[in-house]
Amino acid sequence: MAVDALTSRPASSDVTPDAGLPDSPPPRERRRGPRQLLSHYGSLALLLFAAAVMLAPLLWAVSTSLRVPAESFTLPPQWLPTDFVWENYLAVFEVSQFARYLTNNIIVTVAIVLGQMATASLAGYAFAKLEFPGRKLLFGLVLATIMVPIQVTIVPVFILITQIGWADTLLSLIVPAWPTAFGTFLMRQYFKTVPDELAEAASIDGAGQWQIFYRVYLPLAKPGLAVVAILAFNYHWNEFFRPLVFLSSPENFTLPLGLVNLQGYMGTGSISIVLAGIVISLIPVLVIFIIAQRFVIEGLMRGGLKG
Amino acid sequence: MATDTSVAERRTLRTAFSTKDMDGLRRRRALLGYVFLSPSIVGISIFTAIPIVVALLLSLFEWNLITDPEFVGLANYERLVSDARTLTTFLNTAIFVALAVGLQLGIALMLALGLQRAMPGWLRVGLRAAYVFPLLTSAASISIVLTYTFNESFGIANYYLGLVGIDPVPWLNSSPYALFAVVLTFVWHQLGFTFLIILGGVASMPRDVLDAADVDGAAGWRRLVHITIPLVSPSLLVAAVMSFINAMQVFDQPYVMTRGGPGDSTRTVVMGIYDAAFRNLELGYGAAISVVLFVLILLVTALQFRLSTRWVFYQ
Repeated sequence: MAVDALTSRPASSDVTPDAGLPDSPPPRERRRGPRQLLSHYGSLALLLFAAAVMLAPLLWAVSTSLRVPAESFTLPPQWLPTDFVWENYLAVFEVSQFARYLTNNIIVTVAIVLGQMATASLAGYAFAKLEFPGRKLLFGLVLATIMVPIQVTIVPVFILITQIGWADTLLSLIVPAWPTAFGTFLMRQYFKTVPDELAEAASIDGAGQWQIFYRVYLPLAKPGLAVVAILAFNYHWNEFFRPLVFLSSPENFTLPLGLVNLQGYMGTGSISIVLAGIVISLIPVLVIFIIAQRFVIEGLMRGGLKG
Repeated sequence: MATDTSVAERRTLRTAFSTKDMDGLRRRRALLGYVFLSPSIVGISIFTAIPIVVALLLSLFEWNLITDPEFVGLANYERLVSDARTLTTFLNTAIFVALAVGLQLGIALMLALGLQRAMPGWLRVGLRAAYVFPLLTSAASISIVLTYTFNESFGIANYYLGLVGIDPVPWLNSSPYALFAVVLTFVWHQLGFTFLIILGGVASMPRDVLDAADVDGAAGWRRLVHITIPLVSPSLLVAAVMSFINAMQVFDQPYVMTRGGPGDSTRTVVMGIYDAAFRNLELGYGAAISVVLFVLILLVTALQFRLSTRWVFYQ
């Protein structure tokens, strides 16, 4: 109904007077005129320009990371690598505890990803497929916490972590990130699409409740699990705020924190080395984007910016 | 729920389970529900739900982790509204959010619509990937790169502006420019998210309405305002709400690029929370700022939904 109103409005009021003019061609003809071609290619050029702007800083980072540190700031900017000074990639390990940052980042991210896959699939299954008193209330609690900003809970969580002696440990980053309201919600949606009859059939075949979950339902919810895993990976691999608050010793730093710290004491001296570190930190993200773009896009479209 | 019982009944008939067995099964599945939920519910309670309540209570206390907490009533909130430095963070954040959300929505809508034009499939996929990829990088690390980009004398930004005859802009060293450089960096990083949400709406615009608009000769600005925007308005609303919530929490970019300077010109609310709670160990004051931030986010989000009835068009 609303659609009708919308389509009839321009037909009756806006276009009719215009159509009466002798030199105005019918709309279909007009679309192929030189002006329309120009606007078509103009738009494509604008889209390409936007893509270039989006990728330019990354391209510059890669090519500068391969340049002699003294020539980091060459103008006019060189967009393609010219020197291939791979030494910068070794230097970043020598001038900072880069190997530690990298290892810590891998430990934290992998532990969070696995933990979130476990908690989200168990809770998502319970909400979608199991009947118990209080289900709606508990699901409401989960939904209500989806949008709570991390900054609101960070002070109490910091106090908790300090009190239980987890300050300056990787555990302080890992354990609080295990429960995921968004992941739980997402997994529930995936389990909802699996018909109930499967559980019935499996239990007649003598499968226990755990087997019904693990062998029947979970494999069918794999795409959801992939989305949860990728979003968690991406968010926590790049995370900066919590590590900055919780960690204090450089040997415990994660990658983004370590890189910002490195930039702090390198200043603008040899930025090629800092950029080499940044490029290394980008590689896993790029690899995952290339091999699993479908899941990345789907997860983001569902609004999952937070891990 | 209704289907569950009917399934159960059917099965009772078919396999001749006794009612007692069925009750046992139901109880077992209910128990299993609690067991499966416990890690998430306990975790969400400890690390999100209870901390919200604690943050509220904490905002009524003065505490530095070392001496005993002292109840001060609303003193932290009174301090907040009279503390010029903190008020500046709210003002900066308001300007930041308005610019960032506006730019994100405008550019993302333009790109999403542009992508609907006839073009080879590989080009469309490639462009989409280019718009989304920055989102997947670390905001903190990439802010390092953009700090170099905006360097006054050696940065790429000023080099290209120089080519078109614009004098070097003191991007990060001068007060109105610094906030704008941080906005641009934030928009560059977050654009992909807004873009994807709007793209979802644009891709599902009904063909017949667009064809009708074509036949009627609606083009250009008029077509955008009267046809396209109403059709994508539901996803514009989602994009507006989400990008608002994200922008209100901005921290990484200003922290890395300017540490809040020059002066306090790029100091945001979350930087204020960080300084109060974790650098000065004024946990109560930090909690009070975070509570105000949360309430503002909730209020403006509610307002956005409220106002949306005037411009969002559901089919």
